[in-house]
Amino acid sequence: MDVVRIRSDFPLLNQPFHGRPLVYLDSAATSQKPKSVIEAESEYYRTENANVHRGVYALSVEATEAYESARARVGRFLGARSADEVVFVRGATEGINLVASGLGRKLLRRGDRVLSTVMEHHSNIVPWHFLRENSGIELDFLDIDAEGQLRLDDLDRQLDRRTKVVTVGHVSNVLGTVNPVREISDRAHAVGALVVVDAAQSVPHVPVDVQALGADFLTFSGHKALGPMGIGALWGRAELLRELPPYMGGGEMIREVHRDRVEYGDVPARFEAGTPNVAGAIGLSAALDYLERIGWDTLRDYDHRLQEALVQGGRERLGNRLRFFGPTDPSRREAVFSFALDGVHPHDVASLLDAEGICVRAGHHCAQPLMERLGVPALTRASPYLYNSEDEIDRLFDGLEKIAAHFARAS
Amino acid sequence: MAWDMYLEVILQHYRSPRNFGPLDGATREGEESNPLCGDHITLRLKVDPGSHRIEDVKFQGDGCAISVASASMLTEKLGGLTLEEANRISRDDVLGQLGIPLSPVRVKCALTGFAALGRALHPETAPTAT
Repeated sequence: MDVVRIRSDFPLLNQPFHGRPLVYLDSAATSQKPKSVIEAESEYYRTENANVHRGVYALSVEATEAYESARARVGRFLGARSADEVVFVRGATEGINLVASGLGRKLLRRGDRVLSTVMEHHSNIVPWHFLRENSGIELDFLDIDAEGQLRLDDLDRQLDRRTKVVTVGHVSNVLGTVNPVREISDRAHAVGALVVVDAAQSVPHVPVDVQALGADFLTFSGHKALGPMGIGALWGRAELLRELPPYMGGGEMIREVHRDRVEYGDVPARFEAGTPNVAGAIGLSAALDYLERIGWDTLRDYDHRLQEALVQGGRERLGNRLRFFGPTDPSRREAVFSFALDGVHPHDVASLLDAEGICVRAGHHCAQPLMERLGVPALTRASPYLYNSEDEIDRLFDGLEKIAAHFARAS
Repeated sequence: MAWDMYLEVILQHYRSPRNFGPLDGATREGEESNPLCGDHITLRLKVDPGSHRIEDVKFQGDGCAISVASASMLTEKLGGLTLEEANRISRDDVLGQLGIPLSPVRVKCALTGFAALGRALHPETAPTAT
């Protein structure tokens, strides 16, 4: 993979910050965008912009076609049986809220259990807490092992007939762990539970096939996978989506409205009240085109190279002063690396790396239950992506060495 | 600019914070946490009931260099003050004492100990740093 050529597609990475190129290592928070995505979005506003699904004039019909073809594009990417199984949402957070709220009103009863995992992002915890608070649903969490992988023995121990939903992240946004979703789905289905998958961190890195994963619902955000912010998708099995009550009320999502009653529209329109993010959907479609043009195998190989550079750099240049969290085997993880630098708080690490022109994230990464489980107040995270070079990983370690030396002097 | 925050004096306070640890016989206690970074500081005072003078002060917790150094410097200032005098310590005093340029995100870190002091002095109002 020619990283120099790939970088040339990303305008932000070619623009100096404070006189030097930026080392952007926070792609797990949001990815940078290629020109093709930025142009697809602005091209829509320049040439096709009209509200969808309601105009009889040609421009509106064109906009509707562009929007619906983006839906079909996402459906093909996910391996959906039909484009109608794809609901456009703002992102994975809205996707999970939509599912949790619908299941809470339709399927779940007091005393039913929802099983999440201790490594989830808050977006896959808090919507289920709403159900715990409001409907008396029990919320439990699967544990992890010392390498940051889900403990399947704990899954077997916890799964029972009262478990109605198992909700799991495909890839951890802190540990990088790839979770065995298929295996979890099979075991969950065996007790009659539905499986919800948060694919926010996997879609940027691996082809996600909802059939192969055995999921019932799956959601992701476009902006972490080269797409625009404010657009994402929720996929659900058609028969389940049809059962789910609407999430928001408004225009577009109804069949009939009267003073004394309302009839809702079909899926997916039922879940898309209001004017949708048409330009975003078109941008997301362009992002998936970009990723598929490069090819998932190429992406995976390059991802492994960056992982290797991170692990080896850490070992050779900082030794036991740097501690990585998560699995060591690259086939069990993605390039999302959280670490602790001995004697330096993650906030100080991130501040000083920023002074070196390097963007990393520090904090609890919206995963407080995981921070508690790991026994750390916070971690620093470096998450490279296809546009990062091995030289940039070197620059990260130059920065970390300098910080470690600076803090050591004072002791 | 960030390197200017990490002066020798700041790092010394971070590595060996003054007045760090538990305080037996504390009469007042305030706690502040910054959920965004997982930092928390508890500040305890032992106040003489007659003179209202702070006889001893200690803090405990976990935080970045800026928040720990700032809390450490604050405790140095507090020993021997009356509650009234402690009350007059301002946000700007605390930031000024650090003597380093702070980005807006890090001002919150620098004021964690000060917010804990506020809670110790005024448990009924529970003021926050911002």
